[in-house]
This record gives sequence, structure tokens and C-alpha cells, in this order.
Amino acid sequence: MAEVIETTEDIRKQYIVVKIGSEQYGIDISYVDTIVRMQKITRVPKVQTYFKGIINLRGEIVPVMSVRTKMGLEDDVFTNASRIIILKFEQQSSLGIIVDEVKEVVTLGNNQIDKVDKNVYNSKDTKDFINGVGKNGEELISLLDLGAIIGEKENE
Amino acid sequence: MDVSQYLEIFIDETSEHIQSLSDCIMTLEKEPDNKDTINEIFRAAHSLKGMAGTMGFKRMQHLTHDMENVFQEVRSDKVKVTSDMIDLLFQCLDAIEGYLDTIKETSDEGTEDNEAIIKGLNAFLENAEGKDAPQDETVAAKTEQETQQPQEVSDQKKYLKIEFSDSEKEAIKTAEEAGNKIYGITVHIQKECLLKAARAFLVFKAVEEFGQIIIYRPSSQDIEDEKFENDFSFYLATETELETVLTSIQNVSEIESAIGEEVKYETISAASAKAEEEASKKAPAAVTAKAPEAAPKKDVKAAAAKGKTTGKPVTSRTVRVDIEKLDALMNQVSELIIAKNSLVSISSSEGGNFQNQTFHEQIEYLERITTNLHESVMKVRMVPIESVVSKFPRMIRDLSRKLDKKMELIMSGEDTELDRTVVDQIGDPLQHLLRNSADHGLESAELRKERGKPEVGTIRLNAFQEGNNVIIEVSDDGNGIDTEHVKGKAIERGLVTEEQAEKLTEKEIIDFLFMPSFSMAKQITDISGRGVGLDVVKSNIEALGGDVEVKTKLGEGTKFTVRLPLTLAIIQALMVEIRDEKYAIALGSISNIEDIPVKDIKYVQSKEVIHLRGMVIPLVRLDKVLDIEPREKEPESLTVVIVKKGEKFAGLVVDNLMGQQEIVIKSLGKYINNNKLISGATILGDGEVALILDVNTLM
Repeated sequence: MAEVIETTEDIRKQYIVVKIGSEQYGIDISYVDTIVRMQKITRVPKVQTYFKGIINLRGEIVPVMSVRTKMGLEDDVFTNASRIIILKFEQQSSLGIIVDEVKEVVTLGNNQIDKVDKNVYNSKDTKDFINGVGKNGEELISLLDLGAIIGEKENE
Repeated sequence: MDVSQYLEIFIDETSEHIQSLSDCIMTLEKEPDNKDTINEIFRAAHSLKGMAGTMGFKRMQHLTHDMENVFQEVRSDKVKVTSDMIDLLFQCLDAIEGYLDTIKETSDEGTEDNEAIIKGLNAFLENAEGKDAPQDETVAAKTEQETQQPQEVSDQKKYLKIEFSDSEKEAIKTAEEAGNKIYGITVHIQKECLLKAARAFLVFKAVEEFGQIIIYRPSSQDIEDEKFENDFSFYLATETELETVLTSIQNVSEIESAIGEEVKYETISAASAKAEEEASKKAPAAVTAKAPEAAPKKDVKAAAAKGKTTGKPVTSRTVRVDIEKLDALMNQVSELIIAKNSLVSISSSEGGNFQNQTFHEQIEYLERITTNLHESVMKVRMVPIESVVSKFPRMIRDLSRKLDKKMELIMSGEDTELDRTVVDQIGDPLQHLLRNSADHGLESAELRKERGKPEVGTIRLNAFQEGNNVIIEVSDDGNGIDTEHVKGKAIERGLVTEEQAEKLTEKEIIDFLFMPSFSMAKQITDISGRGVGLDVVKSNIEALGGDVEVKTKLGEGTKFTVRLPLTLAIIQALMVEIRDEKYAIALGSISNIEDIPVKDIKYVQSKEVIHLRGMVIPLVRLDKVLDIEPREKEPESLTVVIVKKGEKFAGLVVDNLMGQQEIVIKSLGKYINNNKLISGATILGDGEVALILDVNTLM
């Protein structure tokens, strides 16, 4: 397990790799409660545009957010591959985010991740929502900054 | 002895005693000669002292002890009740409350000695008493001795004092005839024992292994309810030796002693005949002495509309439960109702093979059970608002002194019940409103006289239930709100321009008062005027799903109406459909449902209204309000749900009615921006999510 290999220099974490638009994003697995198939989302009027609505997750009401809208991309197109990833933060209620596809789980060490300095980029960019870029072989995975995703700031 | 396990009970009971003390002292101030109140105060102070002593809170014990002394003097008519004394007593209460707060936080009473108050109390005793004091002590001591003496005689062998009824005598006789020995036994429990009833139970359990207990003194019910001092007696019919029985009793922990001897039926019947004679002599005296005391006490209590009594009988029939356990129970009931709803929806779906008659009957039965279960759980969670409002008379009294205005608080409907979580949170808002009335509402005595009003201002707090809501009204007969003045202030602060201000309705002007940091007080007092009053009131009450309304008439007074939901968890609701979206409307706020032909819609100030049985009701197009696609073609008649809020009505236009349902209210979570239109969501039988409309915001 990850804990066994763990050393002080090289902290290894697992990420779920998802596709949003054309890009691949990584979500820290420790915040993922569960992944569910796309289901009927009940629209809630007069809320932030990036909230698609709420779903019934085993008897609990969970709000679902469109990461695409939040990041200022074009609207979601729901396909058979679309999934809702239910995130769970300590002490807080759950939140679902919509992704186009869930691909795999990867383990990345510190040395495989390039930190992103947010100031370098234009603030009105999708980069606002990532806190690092992971390299898994030839593939690049943008690591989502979940704090920014659930935060109030909207990218418009 | 480790008493930490009793800390919570101690905290609860102490707050109860403090409250009853506070109530009584208020009464005492008005009727200084009311002996029953004084007695009650004395009792409460005494219990406080005892409890503090048991828990090892020395400072608290000291203070309550000195307080008790003062009451002792009052009780024996040595000291007259003065307003200075009342002030001092209230200071005492505050100090005790201070101790209690410290205990709550740290499980320790802290180091505050409150010497000033103790000195004050003692000075009181000395000043008022002078040289009488020492003599008094001896008198007290003597009476104490006197009361103790007869006790001592019977102390050891109380079973000898028992008076038997005929049936009990008969039982002894039968037991004896059956060849059993009869033992009279008196058991003394250690004074510091806290669970006396439990000890007694263990004793009985131990004894019953040997034989049968024929007679209990006090009665077994009273023992179970802990209605006895430190000892109890019983008669046992057994074949075992007395020694064995007594040893087994003494093996029960916290038992001080067990004394007994064998008795014969003849001696008992002879003794009881004698005792009866004596008793019959004594009885009339005792009855006359007791009855008048007991009767008026009850009256006083009834008059004060108090559900609480300081005595044990009532408290021992209740169970203190952690609110979290109730929450857990409530959650499970909610789950059950959701599961039941889905069963109902399966059974009514056409595709299923559930046309069986019995199946439907069982489903209906299940529905009844879950509804009753829910009601029961709700009732358990309901507490009277009394626990919150009972501190207000004291507060108004203090305010009256501080502000130098004469005022009285009249409360009614304190027994109105609300969900515990709501009750816990309405204290602050109500306090704000009362302070507001006292400070801004009521005029000074001179001005009142000038206006021909009674010198003493009246503040009323009235609570009652209305449908699914509880209404709490706070009103005063003071100055009322000067809307012109408020308007001026709003213009001055740049909230509106003068032209806009002209068009404002009275309601809109009053709404300014609920805006953050909009204070009307000309000067800031420490009572109100910092502008953090009414807006906090409003947001607190809205957070509970309620709202506040104001009615005012300049020169005559103001009335704040607080409307709160009865329950926070499960409600009966009407499910409606608008296009393909489903919404729930609380049944309690629905007045009736009408089919209105489109041609009957009238326009007032270019707003749609309907005219219904003499009322003009504004129409609310829910599809527009909720951003739903408009209908391609307007139908000829509209289904309108008429909802009411107090005296206001509104007609909500929906597409379809789906029927009534019990729904479990779930929060939308805090990620979604607080949306006042939607008060929550619920899960329907088929797993679909429907939103709950808060109709109060639509009016």
C-alpha cells in the first residue's frame, strides 16, 4: 500500500483520472466518496449557474456542480460515459461534480508532480482550478484544486 | 465519592432551581407577604445548597447557604422584604448562575468567592436582626431538635410505627398460618447515596430470595419513585433465619444498617389498634395544619401557569434524554417514512402485480403507523417555550430600573410547544424584541402621562399555535414607529432618494429597520441602539424557517409578529407539478384550491389578481418565479393554490395537483447559495427529488 512505500521525500498519492472536455484531470482519491452514473438531476431555481441541481444519493440530498460551467467551458453533454463524482470533505456535506469520463486510478509521487504557481497564469483561466501537473509516463494530468472548485469564485 | 457522572444532572437541576428561584423572587417582590412563595424559595435554596454540597462545590454551597439564611429570616417574619434585598438576591442568583456556567465549561466552580455578595447577605442579616440573631439561632436549633426527637425514637425500628390496613393484617395472618416467620425490618441507606430507589430495589431483590415481602413502608410505588428519606421498612414472610436476611441486606452497597426482629400477628394487631387510636387523635390536627398550606400553593402555581414543580413527584416520572439521541431517532423515522413512501408508490404503480386487496390494506396500516410514530417522536421533541420566556420578567424588571421607566410584562401562552431546536434558538431574537420594546417603544413616564396613557407601560408576549406554525407576538403600548422619521433616516443614509421615499409603502419603510446597522436610537445605550438588533432578529428567525412582521401605529404602539414552523423535519405537504418539475407546498399554509378561468383574472396596478369571495388575492405565476419555460398555450382555466400567511393571501398558479404526502425535509446543503424560495428538498417514493416551496417568501 501507499503508506508502506511512503518516504519523507517522496509522498505518493492516488488520483482518479477523469476527462473533462479534452483535458485529463486528477482528483485526489482521499476526497472521493463514491462515483455514480449520471442520473436525473433536479434543477434548483435561482442558484449559482454552475450548480446543475440536486440528486438523491441513497436517501441523502447531494448538490451537483458542473465543473465545466465553473471553469468557463462549454456546457456539459451527457453521454453514457458521464459520471458524477461524489466528493466528501471532512466536517462538510457531500458535493457531486460532473465529469465526462472516469479513466483510471494512478499513483503519483511528489517528484512526478510539477507545482503550478498560480500567479504566473492569467487568473481567468482554467489553471485557476489546478494546483499541479502530474506526469504519468507520457501523459500529463492536471491535478484539480478541490478547494478552488468548491469555493465561491466563479470563472466567467 | 466520584460524582462526575452526576454532573449533567446537577447542571440541569441547578438551572431549574435557579429559574424557579428567580420566578419566586419576582413574585415575592410583588407580594412580600406571600408565605407560600417564601417557602418555595426556601426549599429551592435549600436544594441548591444540598446539591452544591454533594458535588463538592464549596463556594457555591457557601453562597447558597448564606442566601438560605436570609430566606430563613424572612420565613420566620424577622426580616421584611425590601427592594434592596430583592436586588441583592438577584445578584446572588447571577453569581450562582456564574458558578454554574463555570462548572459547565470546566467541571469546576472556579475561584470566584463572591465575597461582596456574601458580605451583603450577612450585613442584611445583622442589620435587620441586630441582637435578635443569636436568640434566633437557638430557636432554629430548638425547632430542629424538636422535629428530630420524635424521629429518633422511631429512627432505628421504624417498622414498629407502621400502621396496618386490614388487608395487610390479613396478609400477615395468612403468612403466619402458612408456617412462615414474619420479620419487621427497617433499612437505613447512607445519607450521601444518590440512587436510593435503586438501592432499595437491590435490597428487595436480595430479600425476596428468602421469602415474600408482605408490606412496604412507604409503599413500593413510592420507594420506586424515591419518595422516601434515608430509610424504609418492610415486613417479610420467610422460613430463613433473621440473621441471614439482615446480612444479605447489608451486602448491598451504600446501605448503612438493617435492623429487624421477628413479630407475631397478635402483637401487631394489638399495637396497630393502639396506634390507630392515637392516630385518630392526631389526624384531625395534622390534616388541618396541612390542608390550607397545600391548597393555596396549588392555586399560586396554577395562576402562574407553571408546569414545573420543584418537588420530586413530577421529575421522577420523566427521563432526561440527550437531544442527539432524539435527533438520531428522528432521522430513523425519516428514513422509515421515505421507505414507506416508496412502498406506497410501488403499490400504486400500474405495472406492478400488487392488486391484492390485503397488500393495500397492509400498506395503509403501515402508513398509519409511520404517521403516528412520527407524531410521537415530534411530541417528544416538543418543549414549551416557557423554558425560554421565563427569564424575561426578570429582564424587564432590570430594564425598568436601568431605563427608569415603569413597565410590566404580560406573558401568555408560555405552554405553547415548539421543536426543541427551535426553542433553543428563539431566546436571543425574542430578547432583542423585548429590549427594543422597552427601550424604543415605551415612552418615559412623563410623556405617557401627557398622552393620557397609564404611567406603567405594558409589554405583551403572546404565543399560540396557528396551523403548522407557532406565532409569538411581542407588542407594546408605546410610541409606535415614526415612519416619517425612519424615511428621513433612510434618505440621510443614502438608502433611497427623496422621490423614491415618497412612493414607499409603510411596510417597505419599516423594512429599513431590519437592515444591518440601521439604528433609530438617538443615542447608544447599553440596552439597544447599536444597530445590531433587528437585523439579527430577522436573520435568526429566517434561519429557523420563520419570519417577522411588524405592525405599528404612531402613538399607540408596535406589534412584532414572529412566525415559526412547528417542526423542522417532517411535514404534510401538497405535491404540485409545474411543467415536469415537482414541488411541495406545506399543507399548513394552504387555505384552499380553486380552478380559476383565465378570463376572471383582473389587474390591479398592472399586477394579476383574482377576486374570490370578497377577497382580492394576488396571483403568483410559479413558472415565472421559478424560471420555468413558459407554456406554449395558456389553458382556459388555471389551477390556483391559495396560500395564507397570517391575514395575507396569495394564489399560486400550478399545472397539476399530485396529492397530499408526508414529506421529510432535507437541507440543500451549504454549497448552494441560500435560496429563500426553496426551503429544502425531499425524496419522493420513486426516489425522485422534489423541492419544497417556502410560500412565505412569495407574499
